[in-house]
Amino acid sequence: MMTTVKDRCPGCDGNEQDERYDELDKVIAEYKGKPGALIPVLHAAQKIFKYLPEEVQDYVARGLEMSPSEVYGVTTFYSFFSTTPQGEYKIGVCMGTACYVKGAGKLIEEIEKELGISVGETTPDEKFTLVQTRCIGACGLAPVLTVNDDVHGRLTPDEIPGILAKYRD
Amino acid sequence: MSVIVKINGQELEAAGGQTILQVAQENGIEIPNLCYDPELKPEGACRMCVVEVEDSGQLVTACTTEVSEDLVVNTESEKVVRMRKLLLELLLANHEQECLTCDKAGACNLQDYAYKYDLEDSRFKGRMRKYEGIVSDNPFFIRDNEKCILCRKCVNICDQVQREAAIGFEDRGFETTVTTAFDRPLEEVNCQFCGMCLNACPTGALMEKDAMGKARNWELDKVETTCPYCGVGCQLELNVKDNEIVKVTTNRDNVNRGQTCVKGKFGLDFVTNEDRLTKPLMKVDGEFKEVSWDEAFDTVAKRFGKIKEEYGGEAAAGLSSAKCTNEENYLMQKFMRAVMGTNTVDHCARLCHSSTVAGLAKSFGSGAMTNSINEIENADTIFVTGSNTTEAHPVIALRVKKAQKNGGKLVVADPRKIDLVKYADLWLQHKPGTDVALLNGLMHVIIRDGLLDEEYIENRTENFSAVEDIVEKYTPEYVSEITTVPAEDIVKAAHMYGEAERASILYAMGITQHTSGTDNVLSIACLAMLTGNVGKESTGVNPLRGQNNVQGACDLGALPNVYPGYQAVDDPEINKKFEEAWGVELSDEVGYTVTEIFDAIEEDKVKALYVMGENPVLSDPDSNHIREALEDAEFVVVQDIFMSETAEYADVILPAASFAEKDGTFTNSERKVQRVRKAIDPVGETKADWEIFTELANRMGYDWDYNHPSEITDEIASVSPIYGGIRYDRIEEDGLQWPCLDYDHSGTMYLHEGEFARGLGQFNPAEYMPPQEEPDKDYPYVLTTGRRLFHFHTGTMSRNAEALDAHYPEELMEMNIADAEKLGVGEGDKVKVSSRRGTVESKVTISERVPEGLVFMSFHFAESAANVLTNPALDPVAKIPEYKVCAINIEKVS
Repeated sequence: MMTTVKDRCPGCDGNEQDERYDELDKVIAEYKGKPGALIPVLHAAQKIFKYLPEEVQDYVARGLEMSPSEVYGVTTFYSFFSTTPQGEYKIGVCMGTACYVKGAGKLIEEIEKELGISVGETTPDEKFTLVQTRCIGACGLAPVLTVNDDVHGRLTPDEIPGILAKYRD
Repeated sequence: MSVIVKINGQELEAAGGQTILQVAQENGIEIPNLCYDPELKPEGACRMCVVEVEDSGQLVTACTTEVSEDLVVNTESEKVVRMRKLLLELLLANHEQECLTCDKAGACNLQDYAYKYDLEDSRFKGRMRKYEGIVSDNPFFIRDNEKCILCRKCVNICDQVQREAAIGFEDRGFETTVTTAFDRPLEEVNCQFCGMCLNACPTGALMEKDAMGKARNWELDKVETTCPYCGVGCQLELNVKDNEIVKVTTNRDNVNRGQTCVKGKFGLDFVTNEDRLTKPLMKVDGEFKEVSWDEAFDTVAKRFGKIKEEYGGEAAAGLSSAKCTNEENYLMQKFMRAVMGTNTVDHCARLCHSSTVAGLAKSFGSGAMTNSINEIENADTIFVTGSNTTEAHPVIALRVKKAQKNGGKLVVADPRKIDLVKYADLWLQHKPGTDVALLNGLMHVIIRDGLLDEEYIENRTENFSAVEDIVEKYTPEYVSEITTVPAEDIVKAAHMYGEAERASILYAMGITQHTSGTDNVLSIACLAMLTGNVGKESTGVNPLRGQNNVQGACDLGALPNVYPGYQAVDDPEINKKFEEAWGVELSDEVGYTVTEIFDAIEEDKVKALYVMGENPVLSDPDSNHIREALEDAEFVVVQDIFMSETAEYADVILPAASFAEKDGTFTNSERKVQRVRKAIDPVGETKADWEIFTELANRMGYDWDYNHPSEITDEIASVSPIYGGIRYDRIEEDGLQWPCLDYDHSGTMYLHEGEFARGLGQFNPAEYMPPQEEPDKDYPYVLTTGRRLFHFHTGTMSRNAEALDAHYPEELMEMNIADAEKLGVGEGDKVKVSSRRGTVESKVTISERVPEGLVFMSFHFAESAANVLTNPALDPVAKIPEYKVCAINIEKVS
C-alpha cells in the first residue's frame, strides 16, 4: 500500500496536509522496531486524534509494518481505545453503588435528554461524550459525575443543564 | 540428550526438548487436540491435549509440556477423560449441533471427540454467539463463525506460516470473533487465499465454497497426486465423488508439509470445465470439425509419414510440454528421434531456464537446483534475486519467510518491490538487466574484505584468477552507477552473504530471461563458489523451476541436444547406446531450439510441427512472428486439454487427458520424481498423451508396446543413469531425488557434496553488458514481465478455473504514480502499450511496486498479451529471449 496525501488526511479533500500525522510520525519513529511498540503508539495516536479512526489504525499499521488486523485486534480488545469520535468533554456518570442508590440513573436520563445522545455516544458537534464509569471513590459526594478532570457532586437532575452550559461555549 | 519417559505404561525414548504430544505422536499414541499444528508455536489454547502426570496427579497440556527424565503420564486416565468431557461440553454449549447437514461432518475433530467421549449434548445452557449469515466475501471459501471454536489455528497460520496476518481477533471474551481488520472483505485485504487456514480448521467454520453441499466426507475418495501448477511439486489429495474433484486437501509427510497456495487448493476445477476439448478436431475449409480418433490418428500418421518421406525427418519439429508427465516427455522425444529421425524437440524450458542449464552445467556439471526445498529454512542467509517467490513459488516462499523468522538474513535483489521485500533485511533495487554488474560488485567486496573461502576455492574449484581479474573494477561505487543501488548496500549485502555459515541463493526468471542470461547464471555460480556455498546442506544455487514438470521434461530429453539424462546426441557412444536400446538409426545432429524452430518454419526448413501442451502464441516473445510462422507451416498438430491461441492454427487437434485423468510422474524443482495418479476417468473421448504417442508410433510402423506409464519408467531407468533407480513401487509413499543411480540408491538430497559433477567447480565470471533494448525517445519506458499469484503461464488452466478467474479476471499493468500522473492515467484506466513489435491494450494499477520508468505486465491474459511486445533478442549461448527488458511507449486510451 502506498501513502498518499489522502491517506494522511482522512476526511479532507486530499490537498491539504494534516499536521497531526507529522506528530504521529514522530511517535512511530520513536517506537518502530522495538518490542511491544503497538500499544504506546496507539496511546499516543489516541491522544493526538482523540480517537482511533480506521485511517489512523491503518496508518499506524503501515508505519510499524504490521498487518492492520493485528492493530484492529488490539484496539478492539482494550476498552481504553476508542474507535469512534470522542467529544471535547467526556462526561462520566459514576454508577458505583453509592451513586447508583443516590439516583445516578436519573442524572443519565437528564443528560441524555439534554444532549440527545445515549450512553456511549458523542454529540454531532463533537462537544460531549457520555459514558458510565465504575466507582471513582468520591462516594461522599454521591451522585457524582466528572467532566474531563472536573468533579461535580451531590447533584440533582435539575442542575444538569447549568453544568452543561458551562462547557458549551 | 535423550530421556526415557513412560506414556500409558509404554517406555519410550525421547529427545530432550520434545513435548509430550510430539513424543506420543511419534509413537502412534493419539492425544486429542484442537489447536495444535506442527508448523506453529504451541498455543495451549484448547486444553484438549491435557494428560495426567502420575507423580503429582496434575493435568498438564501435552502440547506445551516438555518431557523430562522418568516422566510418567497417562493420556486417557479417568481424570483426563473427565476434563476432556467438560471442555467439550463447554465448546458444545456454544456450538449448534448441525452435524446432519454440516459439510465438515466426518472430518470434524469436534464431532470426532464428542463421539469418542460419548457426548450427545452439553449440560451447560446459556447464550450462544449469533452471527448474521456466513461470511462469503470471496470466490474461494466461506467462514461460518457460529461453528468457530476459537482454537486460533487459522489466525496463527496466517500470522506464523503465511506471515500475512490477514485475519485476527476482534473484541474479547465471549464476543471474540475471527475476522479481518474492520471486517473488510478478504478480497480487499492482504489475504493470499492459500487455503492453509481451511486445511487447519478443526470444525466447519472454514469450508471450500465450491464443495458445499456436494458430498459427505465419507463418500469421497482421496487420491494423492502432484499439483500441476508450479515447480514446487506440492502433494495434494484430490477428493473425488462421482468422477468429480469436489475439493483438494493435503497431508503432511511431503515436500509441502500440508501447505498449499491458492492455485493448488482452489484452482483445479479446470479439469472438468465444460470448455475442455473432448473430441479430435480437424480443420476442413478453415473450420474445425469433429472426427473420430481413428481418422485423426490416420491423418497425423499419414501427413507426418509423408513429410518424412518427402523432406526427411529434419523437416519435422516437436514442442514437448513441461506440463506433461515424464513418461509422456520421454515418448515425445522418442517419437521425434526414433520415429521421425530428428533431434528437433524442445519445450518451454528454453524460455525459462535454458540459461540455467547452460550456465550451471558449465560451472558445476549439472544444471539443476543444487539443494532441496526443505533445506531452505535452515539457511543463515538467503539471497533471492529475480524470483518473485511469493507469487510464482508460493510454498517455497513460506520456507524463505520461515528462515527469516528463525533469525536468518534475507537479501532480496529485484527491480520491483515484490512482496518478499516486506520480510527482507535488505533490498537491492537494481535497474533491470544489470544483474552481472551487481553480482560482480558483491564478489568485489567479498574478495576485498576477505570473506572468501580460500580452502574451498583451492581444493574444489578452478579458474579463480579469472574472477579476480574481472571483478577488480566493479567497486561498489562503479556498480552503484550502473545499477542505481547505493554503494553501501552493496557492501552490506556482500557481508550478509559472505559471512553466513550457510548461504543459499534462490533465483528464477529475473536472472535467466535476459540476453545476458547465461552470464547471469555463471556469475551466480561464481558468487556461491567464492564463499564455499555449494555442496553443503542449506546452501547452494537454487534455480526455482517454473512448471510442474519442467525439470522432468529437461531430464527426459525434450531438448534438441541431449537424450534423456543429459546425454549428448552428438556423442557417438551415447548415440550408439540409444540406437541399440530403441532399435533404430538415430541422427547425431543437434536439432533446433524453440526460438529457432519458428525461424526455421519461415525459412522453409521445418514443414511440420507437433505441439504437445504448449501455447507459444502467448508464451513466446514477439507473438506476431509466431502467428506468422504457424500460418506458414505445412502441417500443425496440437495436443492439448483446451482450445488455445496456438491450437487455432492447427490442422489436427488431439484432445488430451489432464493430469487428474492419468498415471505418471512429475519431477519437481528439487529433482524429486513424484507420482501423478489417476483420480477421475478421462473427460469425453480424451486420451493420455502417452497413449496417443504409442498409437501414433504403431500406425507409423513402429512396434511400441506400452500398457502403463510404469513400463515407460522402467525403460527410462534402463537408458538414463540419473533415473536408474526410479521405479513406481519405490516412489509409492514418497518421491526420490535424482541422481538415483540404481534400485538400491536412496536418491540425492543435495548435489556436489565432496566433488562437483564435473570434478572441479569452474569459475566463469563475466563482464556486464547492458540489455539489448534500452529506453529511448520513441519508447521511453521499460517493460518487464512475469507471473501473478492467481494465474499460471498462458492461463490455459488457471483462466479455466472458475474461482481464480473470478478473483483476477484481467491484466492490471503496474505503473508508478509519477508516470501515471505524467500520463494522466488513473487506477483502472486503459492504456495502449506499444513496442517495436506490436501494440496491446491493458488496464493500469498504480503501484509503488515499480519505480518510475518501469512497468510490469504478466503474460497470463490473451486480451493483454505481453508477449506481443517482448523482445525476441536471444542470449547467444542458451537462446533464451529477453523477456525481462524491452522498451515501450504508453498512451492513455480515451
